[in-house]
Amino acid sequence: MQESTMVEPTKAQSSPIAVEMRNITKTWPGVVANDHVDLIVRRGEIHALVGENGAGKTTLMNILYGLIHPDSGEIFVNGQRAHITGPRDAIHLGIGMVHQHFMLIPPLTVAENIVLGHEPGSPASVYDVKKSRELILQISKQYGLPIDPDTRVEKLSVGLQQRVEILKVLYRAADILIMDEPTGVLTPQETFELFGVLRGLVAQGKTIIFITHKLREVLELTDRVTVLRRGKNAGELITRETNQAEIARLMVGREVLLRVNKTPAHPGPVVLHVEDVHAQDDRGLEILHGVSFDVRAGEILGIAGVEGNGQSELVEALTGMRKITSGKITLTEVEDGQAVRTYDVTTMDAKAERRAGLAHIPEDRRGSGLVLTDSIADNMILGRANWPQFTWRGFVLLLKRILNWARKLILEFDIRTSSAEAPARSLSGGNQQKIIIAREFSANPMALIAAQPTRGVDIGAIEFIHRRIIEQRDAGKAVLLVSAELDEIRSLSDRIAVMYEGKIVDIVSPDATEEQLGILMTGGHL
Amino acid sequence: MFFQVLFRVLGSSDLWQATLQFAALLVLPALAGVISERSGVVNIAMEGMMLTGAYVGVMSALATNNVFVGVLGAMIAGGVMALIHAVVSINFHANQIVSGLAVNIAALGLTNYLLLVQTNGQGVPHLVNALRLPIVTWGPLANIPFLGPVLFQQNIIFYVAIVILIATQFILFRTNVGLRIRAVGEHPQAADTAGVNVRLVRYLCVIAGGFLSGLAGAFLAMGIAGIFNSNMTAGAGYIALAAVIFGKYNPLGAGGACLIFGLGEALSTRLQDTGISPNLLSTLPYILTIIALVGLVGRTIPPAADGIPYDPGSE
Repeated sequence: MQESTMVEPTKAQSSPIAVEMRNITKTWPGVVANDHVDLIVRRGEIHALVGENGAGKTTLMNILYGLIHPDSGEIFVNGQRAHITGPRDAIHLGIGMVHQHFMLIPPLTVAENIVLGHEPGSPASVYDVKKSRELILQISKQYGLPIDPDTRVEKLSVGLQQRVEILKVLYRAADILIMDEPTGVLTPQETFELFGVLRGLVAQGKTIIFITHKLREVLELTDRVTVLRRGKNAGELITRETNQAEIARLMVGREVLLRVNKTPAHPGPVVLHVEDVHAQDDRGLEILHGVSFDVRAGEILGIAGVEGNGQSELVEALTGMRKITSGKITLTEVEDGQAVRTYDVTTMDAKAERRAGLAHIPEDRRGSGLVLTDSIADNMILGRANWPQFTWRGFVLLLKRILNWARKLILEFDIRTSSAEAPARSLSGGNQQKIIIAREFSANPMALIAAQPTRGVDIGAIEFIHRRIIEQRDAGKAVLLVSAELDEIRSLSDRIAVMYEGKIVDIVSPDATEEQLGILMTGGHL
Repeated sequence: MFFQVLFRVLGSSDLWQATLQFAALLVLPALAGVISERSGVVNIAMEGMMLTGAYVGVMSALATNNVFVGVLGAMIAGGVMALIHAVVSINFHANQIVSGLAVNIAALGLTNYLLLVQTNGQGVPHLVNALRLPIVTWGPLANIPFLGPVLFQQNIIFYVAIVILIATQFILFRTNVGLRIRAVGEHPQAADTAGVNVRLVRYLCVIAGGFLSGLAGAFLAMGIAGIFNSNMTAGAGYIALAAVIFGKYNPLGAGGACLIFGLGEALSTRLQDTGISPNLLSTLPYILTIIALVGLVGRTIPPAADGIPYDPGSE
């Protein structure tokens, strides 16, 4: 934990209870989302609600906010029994929710979005632009959240949009704020600002329930933690008295290695050679200004950087999805530690590159990695559907073989599903990612490019994926890891290349401190 | 020869009077469409609502010998057909285009059947003058050359339509209610979490559309024609739909589009003696419709959640 980002925790041990949820049960067909769950949140505290995807935290908060009705259980707000049938009731009780996916209406202005549903005047009256603006500026000033009420929401940055969401909640006089995974879309700087804002709100008497799966944030920001696992309570902790490992253990149910064990690397000859690559982004502006680096067999090169500095475009250029304007990319086949053949893949398209031995875990698994409506088996052979082991004469699919292949991989990669024929979208994010990994790794590639491989994936699956990536490296593959999660880069990489404004500014060892990396990531020099 | 007739016709106030009348007839179901789509419910059932309104209007006026009852009956009939579409689309999450189409087909069949039963196949119900919606003449204003008859000698419903047009534009864009309607159409989940009753808003909008379409039906049967004929709306509801899209889902825009379509309709009946086949001429308004739909549907952006049933539990 960085001392510079630690914020003083509040002491709210013995203050009255703001929200108590008792014995909450909610089932969907086939799934028990909440199984007799209890939650106690004290007034004036920042309370973390953690759990893996599917643990039931969002369901529980949706129940508190009235979007969902529980099958059984009771809710008490400020000591009184509450009957919450819809958001209006929750708002009436002083509960406000800032959603993970913003509930904002893009073509309307900030003011219109904030006052919607609680407009000044009666519903039938004319919309009072002036009054709305006044009210908003007042709240904005009171809580230190500057905003322009007349801008259209679609023109705001993500951080500002979130600010509008917070103002929405404050406008409705919320005392209890539910924040659902608020930092997923923020830059580190915006996250730091948000934490300051939340501390300020608590100082003014608010209570905050903070849903997250990011353990580091739990430790930095919160006072107490409630852990859910598979719909049930798994533990209540006082933040100051616990650590990431303990929380992770409660979330997953077993010991979780937060930092993967790896032996030192023995890098061989260069496999992926990138030389002075220039490329343009979708708007036609140059985004890669001469990127050069090498990745050797048996090593993991991590590319660190704040998102938006060209990493996505670099991956696209390397995997044949984006044309480059100048530069060279080569892939070298290595056998028994010796370079055997070099292919120039600069102008190859994705299909050819895959055949040449390049595997790719895309950062957008739902968009570019999987066909969600297709079965798992079909996704397992994506891009290889005409290979000889799966087809007769290259075009008739041998369904049985494909299914057996898929079943083998499902076992090997521990993919949780009822059947190889289930549609890919029925799987959790982590398991979907495992399909892609199973597919790519089983093709025995020479080089692997993994972009944001554990984004949106649960802790248990993260550990698995990290181990598998290290395995590939130990088997002699060259691995390029692109990630916005600094922890991931530092724990996996043998060398770290920092990318800033379309160039590699420096390549450092993984022993570099976060401080040093931070300086490089924002364009400074060591 | 054609152009001579064309210019002669364009210069006659009679053409423009007819244009405005047709435009008024179209603008009512068009506003129904705008209101409904702005709240997120695709509504192509204006045709059926109009037709039912026309039938019920005439029949109830005859039955009670009262023109007001007729108009009221027409509006309620439109509302009932709208309610069917609303329940099916909002409660049961049906495909809204299929639902709208079903209402139209049902209306046609229903009115034809009832007409047959009612009249025993002996002609169509006629309305005596006392039971018709009258033309309002604004005294001396109607004597102004050219503009007089065009603006100041129209059916009463024409003036009602103008008032409703302005009111709709105002309500939709300047009132809190309108804000909520537009929010529901763009992002119902956001509106729901803000405390707006999404279902209620959508129901009210669709049913309001039903009242307006029913009124249009009354206008057609009781004001313009004076009778009820099988399928007398003849696709006007679909032209109104084109006007909605042409007008970019804005009341005033739809009104402008209705003027253009009204002109097409008025011209088609007045260019008969130019040698162009009258059948071809009568397709004019519909061709304009197709051009509008093909040309603009792609480029006009409907409210973001238009046509998507709202499911609170989904993410």
